[in-house]
Amino acid sequence: MRRRSIHRSASDPTGDAVTPEPDISIRIFSEPQLLSGIRALVDAVGVGMGFFEKSRCLMSLAIDEALSNVIRHGYEGRKDGMIWIHIWRIPDPRGLRFVIEDLARAVDPAKIKGRHLDDVRPGGLGVHIITETMSDVAWEVRKDGGMRLTMSKRLSDEERQAVEQATQGNTNS
Amino acid sequence: MNRDLVIERLSEGTATVLRPMGDIDMARAPAMRSAVAAAVRDRPPTLILDLSQVSYVDSSGIATLVEALQVSIRNKVRLVLVGINPRVQSAFEITRLVGLFTISETVTKAAAP
Repeated sequence: MRRRSIHRSASDPTGDAVTPEPDISIRIFSEPQLLSGIRALVDAVGVGMGFFEKSRCLMSLAIDEALSNVIRHGYEGRKDGMIWIHIWRIPDPRGLRFVIEDLARAVDPAKIKGRHLDDVRPGGLGVHIITETMSDVAWEVRKDGGMRLTMSKRLSDEERQAVEQATQGNTNS
Repeated sequence: MNRDLVIERLSEGTATVLRPMGDIDMARAPAMRSAVAAAVRDRPPTLILDLSQVSYVDSSGIATLVEALQVSIRNKVRLVLVGINPRVQSAFEITRLVGLFTISETVTKAAAP
C-alpha cells in the first residue's frame, strides 16, 4: 500500500468554513463488522454538537450507508480494503462535515443515483438515504485512485435554539 | 461490537415469531434472511417479526425485510412487524416503506387472525 496524505486530499467542495485539518480521522478496513463502531462514533460526535436523537440516527445511518456502499460496490466485498473517515465540526451554521475516501474501484459520479422509491424491491436504498439525510453531498474520483464522498449535516433551527439556550444557561450560572 | 445476530424462534398460537436481538446491518442481515427463509418454508399462517430487541436497521436490513415480505406473499404467509422502536422507525420513514408492511403493537395482536 502506497503512502498517502489523507489531509491534503480533503478538498472543500462544499465551501464550508472549516479548518483544513479534520477534528477526527480514522482508517478502517472494509469489514462490515467494523461499521457498528463507526455508527457509535458518529452518534457520540452528534451528541456533542447538539443534534437530537432522530437527526443522529439518520446521520449515523447515512454514514453507515456510505461505508456499506464502498465495501459492497467499491471493494466488492473484500475485507482488506482501506477506508478513511474524516470529520470536521462546522462552526457556523453549526454542524458536521464528513469526508469518506477509499482506494476502491472508481465509478462515474454522474452514475451514482438512488433508485425511485415507488419501485419496491430490496436494495438500492443507500444513495437515497444519504442524499435525503445529508446536505452538500458530492462524490468525486480521487486523483490517486478510489473515490471521495463529501457530505454535511447542519443543526435544524430547533436544535440550534436548544444549543443556544444551553450555552446561555451555562453562561448565566 | 462483533456480536452475531441472535434470532429467537417462538410460537404464538399458530403464528411463528422471529425475534432478532441486535442490529440488522450489512454484517448481520444474511442471518436474518436465512431465518426468515427457514420460517416461511414451514408455511405458518402468520409470520411475526418482533423487532423490539433491534436497535438499528440499515438499508441491508430494510432490504431483508422487503425480501421477507415478498417471499411471504409468494408463499401465502401473512407477515406482521411488531415492536418497531423510534430509531428503526426513522429508517423505515426515510425509505418511505412504512405503508408497505402490516405493523402491529404486540405479538398477541399480530397473531390474532
